[in-house]
Amino acid sequence: MTTIAGERMPRHGVRIIAIWLVLTAIAVPLIVLVLGPHLPPPRMSAEAGSQRDANTLMTALLVPIALLVVVYFVYSFVFFRQSGEAILDGPPIKGHAGAQLLWIVLTSAIVLALAVWGSYTLIAGAHGAGGGQGPDPASKPTGYRNALPVQVIGQQWEWTFRYPTYGGIETRDLAIPDHTLVAFHVTSLDVTHSFWAYELGVKADAVPGVDNIAYVKARHTGLFQIRCAELCGLWHGHMSKKGRVLASGAFQSWIAAAKTKNAAIVKYLPKYNRVYFPAPLRRAG
Amino acid sequence: MSKAARALAVSAGVAFGVALIVYYIVSYLTVTPPGVAATGSKPRVHLTLQTVASYGNPPHADWVSYLARNPSGKWVHSTVLRVPSYSKVMVTIYQFDTATGLRNPFWGQPRGTIGGTMNVDGKTLNVLDPDLASHTFAIPDLGVSVPLKGVADDAKNQCSVAPCSLSEAHETVTFSFATGKPGKFRWQCFVPCAAGFPLGFGGPMQSVGWMDGYLMVQ
Repeated sequence: MTTIAGERMPRHGVRIIAIWLVLTAIAVPLIVLVLGPHLPPPRMSAEAGSQRDANTLMTALLVPIALLVVVYFVYSFVFFRQSGEAILDGPPIKGHAGAQLLWIVLTSAIVLALAVWGSYTLIAGAHGAGGGQGPDPASKPTGYRNALPVQVIGQQWEWTFRYPTYGGIETRDLAIPDHTLVAFHVTSLDVTHSFWAYELGVKADAVPGVDNIAYVKARHTGLFQIRCAELCGLWHGHMSKKGRVLASGAFQSWIAAAKTKNAAIVKYLPKYNRVYFPAPLRRAG
Repeated sequence: MSKAARALAVSAGVAFGVALIVYYIVSYLTVTPPGVAATGSKPRVHLTLQTVASYGNPPHADWVSYLARNPSGKWVHSTVLRVPSYSKVMVTIYQFDTATGLRNPFWGQPRGTIGGTMNVDGKTLNVLDPDLASHTFAIPDLGVSVPLKGVADDAKNQCSVAPCSLSEAHETVTFSFATGKPGKFRWQCFVPCAAGFPLGFGGPMQSVGWMDGYLMVQ
């Protein structure tokens, strides 16, 4: 108990800290062990895995801070509530240099540590973490020169895909082989779209005249969702489909079938290029 | 104002706001736009459409547009099309507009049609030179995409006001596709044909009733 103006008062600060510590000790392990494995995105690729790790860490750090605010709020609501009609001044609030210093140091340390960790993950750990890195990526994964190039072409309102190492064929469907480094070359023929392969952890803006490169290596076969993550017009919400990660043999069969299916149009396709400025872009504008 | 009166006023305000939100959501989920039904009956129906370079009537006389022919033979300015489920839909499109070319030549190959082909003026094709396309009729979620050949620039007797007559210069494109389970599917044109708009993709290309619509499979 402390004494203010001759009146004995409970040690509210100690109580709040104690409640907060107990709740934090319960919540953080629950976040890491129970909620963490369900946070997005699924671990279909190393890049997606790094994103889930980041989400888990951020949530685990956020919860104690949020709990401190909530505990203080609820405690104040219960114990500092004034009843009756009279409005009385509370005890004067005085600064506490130690507490202020601790707060500044603690929050600065958290932010700086996150910045260092995030930068390491983005550049060295996950090599772009599935994000578009522009035409000249700053962080290239090992073996990037042998990555399978797949061009993603956004257009109002559909995605199409070109495989330059397979005769430059273009398809409506996207399939990639598992355990193979893939370099998505994302571009657009009209407005800005954003290629989002959710389970793969890939998200790259599709900008006209820009070859936006994102690397990914799928860990296992399966389906992944493709969405447009940039409001791009009337049917933006319909720019979605399912992509597939196939085993190597199945991928070869798929690409052979795609070649046959789209054979009639191949002679009319423009030569594969990193970006396109098709004639109607100028003609109809 | 007493506490009870204030509480009542606040409650009434909140209830009104909630009612508006619920009304909006229910209306959005249940509204069914009017449309044009295909002729014939399940399992084989016909859809007849036309494209015109400019609608020629208010509110946007100079906008490019699709029109649909209703079962009584009248041309209707609508792009909401009704077809039965699990049926074969025979489509005829009278193409009165001139060619502007496909931005992505990929759409020059008909896809999702029965047989993987289309028929242009009596000729069966499995691909159209992308530069000759004027529009496309595409239902992406059904995998259907058909390029529509444009009328030659120097063709005589070109149509200027919708609905166009078959005595005016046109190309006739026919194809068929199969429907499955009931659903509401968007359809659109992939040619940036909205002349005068940035990138050719404004106005009629962004508006249901002109170059976009719904296929209501029922």
